[in-house]
Amino acid sequence: MTFITKPKFHHPKLPTNRLGYTRRDYEGAVSTLCAGCGHDSISAAIIQACFELDLAPHRIAKLSGIGCSSKTPTYFLGASHGFNSVHGRMPSVLTGANLANRDLIYLGVSGDGDSASIGLGQFAHSIRRGVDMLYIVENNGVYGLTKGQFSATADKGSLSKRGAANHDEPIDLASMALLLGASFVARSFSGDKEQLVPLIQAAIRHKGAAFIDCISPCVAFNNHPGSTKSFDFVREHNEAVNRLDVMVDHAPIAAQYGPGELVEVTQHDGTVLRLRKLDADYDPRDRGAAISYLQQQAAKGEVVTGLLYVDPESADLHDALSTVATPLNSLDDAALVPGAKALDKVNASLR
Amino acid sequence: MPQSLAGSSLIQSPGGDRTNDFVVKFANVNGSGSASANLLFARSIIRMGVPVVARNIFPSNIQGLPTWYEVRVTEQGWRGARGGVDLMVAMNPQTWDKDVNGVDPGGYLFYDSTKPMPASKFRPDITVLGVPLTAICNRAYTDSRQRQLFKNIIYVGALSALLDIDPAVIEALIAEQFKGKDKLIRPNIDALHMGRDYALQEFPCPLPLKVRAADAVGDAIFVDGNAAAALGAVYGGATVCAWYPITPSSSLAEAFQRHCRRFRGEGEQNKYAIVQAEDELASIGMVIGAGWNGARAFTSTSGPGISLMQEFLGLAYFAEIPAVIFDVQRGGPSTGMPTRTQQSDLLACAYASHGDTKHVLLLPEDPNEAFEMGSLAFDLADRLQTPVFVMLDLDIGMNEWLCRPFAWDDNRRMDRGKVMTREMLEAGIDFGRYLDVDGDGIPYRTYPGTHPTRGSYFTRGTTRDRYARYSEEGPVYIDNMERLLAKFETAKTLVPAPVERAAAEPTGLGIVYFGSTAAAMDEALVTMAERGIHADTLRLRAFPFSDAVADFVRRHDTVFLVEQNRDGQMRTLLVSECDLDPARLVSIRHYDGTPITARFIVGAIAAALPDLNVVPLRKAVP
Repeated sequence: MTFITKPKFHHPKLPTNRLGYTRRDYEGAVSTLCAGCGHDSISAAIIQACFELDLAPHRIAKLSGIGCSSKTPTYFLGASHGFNSVHGRMPSVLTGANLANRDLIYLGVSGDGDSASIGLGQFAHSIRRGVDMLYIVENNGVYGLTKGQFSATADKGSLSKRGAANHDEPIDLASMALLLGASFVARSFSGDKEQLVPLIQAAIRHKGAAFIDCISPCVAFNNHPGSTKSFDFVREHNEAVNRLDVMVDHAPIAAQYGPGELVEVTQHDGTVLRLRKLDADYDPRDRGAAISYLQQQAAKGEVVTGLLYVDPESADLHDALSTVATPLNSLDDAALVPGAKALDKVNASLR
Repeated sequence: MPQSLAGSSLIQSPGGDRTNDFVVKFANVNGSGSASANLLFARSIIRMGVPVVARNIFPSNIQGLPTWYEVRVTEQGWRGARGGVDLMVAMNPQTWDKDVNGVDPGGYLFYDSTKPMPASKFRPDITVLGVPLTAICNRAYTDSRQRQLFKNIIYVGALSALLDIDPAVIEALIAEQFKGKDKLIRPNIDALHMGRDYALQEFPCPLPLKVRAADAVGDAIFVDGNAAAALGAVYGGATVCAWYPITPSSSLAEAFQRHCRRFRGEGEQNKYAIVQAEDELASIGMVIGAGWNGARAFTSTSGPGISLMQEFLGLAYFAEIPAVIFDVQRGGPSTGMPTRTQQSDLLACAYASHGDTKHVLLLPEDPNEAFEMGSLAFDLADRLQTPVFVMLDLDIGMNEWLCRPFAWDDNRRMDRGKVMTREMLEAGIDFGRYLDVDGDGIPYRTYPGTHPTRGSYFTRGTTRDRYARYSEEGPVYIDNMERLLAKFETAKTLVPAPVERAAAEPTGLGIVYFGSTAAAMDEALVTMAERGIHADTLRLRAFPFSDAVADFVRRHDTVFLVEQNRDGQMRTLLVSECDLDPARLVSIRHYDGTPITARFIVGAIAAALPDLNVVPLRKAVP
């Protein structure tokens, strides 16, 4: 069973956000993932991000594919509609849902097996279409639910728990997202909540395809010395390019970080992304440089995390299709059905 | 569209007056620009008040391969192809021998005589009409593309003289066709008259095959099924279309775009979203996502696309999400015959996906029903919360048919089915996504975002209880599967009923048919009756089958089931779903990819009757 309802008891003094919700209102069922799974940390980060952003939980739609990562939407945002679709094909379902009602917030949750193997095509096309969503990949380099096979993001030469070496080149989803035109690309680590929460917040407020590749070690099958996606490996090789604050209505919601050059990026919805550069040469507004930097650091064995790229002038699929502001699912007969007179004209044109 | 069934003989003797009753076939090279000229020819006859049956026969290729266009002129208003050719317009040297051999004895052969053919290339029993089309073009035009395009108009002109088609009608059609590009009108009319003048001068015009103005078209429209179905989708309130190009269904999505541009614009803003997906999997995925979120969504595809969509279709069935799929069937299996017609996706659609699944199929007979079912499909999908297939085929989808005009009742409203609203949730109504509250197997759903604290649920393809909570308990699973069956029983009462017709004489013989076969069936029945073979008929219009279908089969000693596939897929469906004795159902199967004809149906049934030793003749003829 993966559906264990949490008790609804709320302590009366729990802090509330501007909408009056407590953090508990953003939780879901009890997780049935392995104790210590990185995915649970990501769920916790999503819960915190949504709570702090004052989002109404029922206005978020959470969609996933199949796999450990895709089970996680059950464990957060219990008041939201969820959709556990088929393996690797969450992006198309999310795209359709977004077309039907542009007023909701779309959260696509996927895994490396789900997105980099069977679903690579759908990942790519949803990104290049600019679907307005946060697409988050909980990336552990391994197939957990089928007990330990390599996924397509496993590094070449990394070892499985049983000692087998991976002989295939890895797919770097962050680099791919950059190449495919994502207007927001980040990478983070499930064990770095201070970095992950503001990234999720910024991605949710971003208009267009926002992608976060989140390294999330698998405690059961990929957290051993030979793995390059283990907690220890990622901690040792993590190089954060920047620290991010998200300013909503000019109220900072994350702590200030240490000294460094400051860059402010204003998004469509007025949110200000305040970036403190740690790497002096890193500019997150330069797509080409971001791709180059990722590759250079990967060659050194570094896992680059942080906001890799953002386009503050981004557009989304609805802009491309010029759809009306009213959600398509709420248009009625008067708006949609041309009526008998129009049909008479059609008939006349066919004689 | 008048469907005169009185007093006509199917196979007419050659010669004699063939006014308003003959077949012209054009043999062309794909890519030569002949299609619009041939269409002009067909439409000019319709404008003279004489019905036609027009069929394209074309290759899966862009240029260079043979293509044919067949126009049956039929004042009686038959709807199906006849077979046989009275006048062959042989414009393709590649297929010359086949085309010459295809002419009925006593018929005519029209060809480009710029390079005269030796007598050995003709037949003594047909009349040859040579027009030096290339020579005429080369004199009049210097541009090679113009020479090609106007050659087509010149032969239309020559035919207008030979067949006595009113040139003013053709001129009017040309003017309509080039409205807005007026400078093209005069050159086309000039070309028309070049051909016409040559024929009038060189041949005794008109031939015994001729067109005489009549009043047999009425208010019928001439339209292809894909455009009609797409218009149905507009009237059905579809707002999301996700599709992937595939013959013969691409023109359906393209027509939807065209119709939407005309009807659904709001300034610069669109009240629709059309996405050309990366493949069929993504297209049905988007439809399911949109359907889940409360928009009316569809995809159009053909057999190979149906194969690719199987997994998602199972999800939509099990998770109970509305989706409309227009399947324009072509020759299968595998790549099969991409540009030929069949009805061979029935089982793949009826039982799409793994596990126990059943899907609703609608079976239109022509473009008019493609429109009606194209809109109805969205009501059914919403009402039943399940995929609904509109089963067109290439013959209906890509050919232009003369059919009843489209009609719409302005009082009709979209049936959005059982959707629990915010107000209902506020009122405290118990919401269980898979609760059978009305005993019809259909639960209530909520759209995402409806209510802050009530009505949300998790959609999944794994099994769950009535409150959408994941469970793999056996009784919970069975409860769900049985409810889905109950819902399918409800579907029987909602889908279009079959059309039953009694024979003029009492008979133990029945015929069941569906879809594009209907066009040939009307004519076949009359011919059979003239031979003393009487049959009651039942035209299927949907799956699941209503109880009337099984009753019909049980009331007859023998029932022929006419279908356009090798394995008798509809027979399989009928036998398994209605628990019928297979021996009572005899398949008449036509599956070479060409549209079925009355000649074929009559021949196959007549051949089967002696073997079956059935009683209808005894009953029919006392």
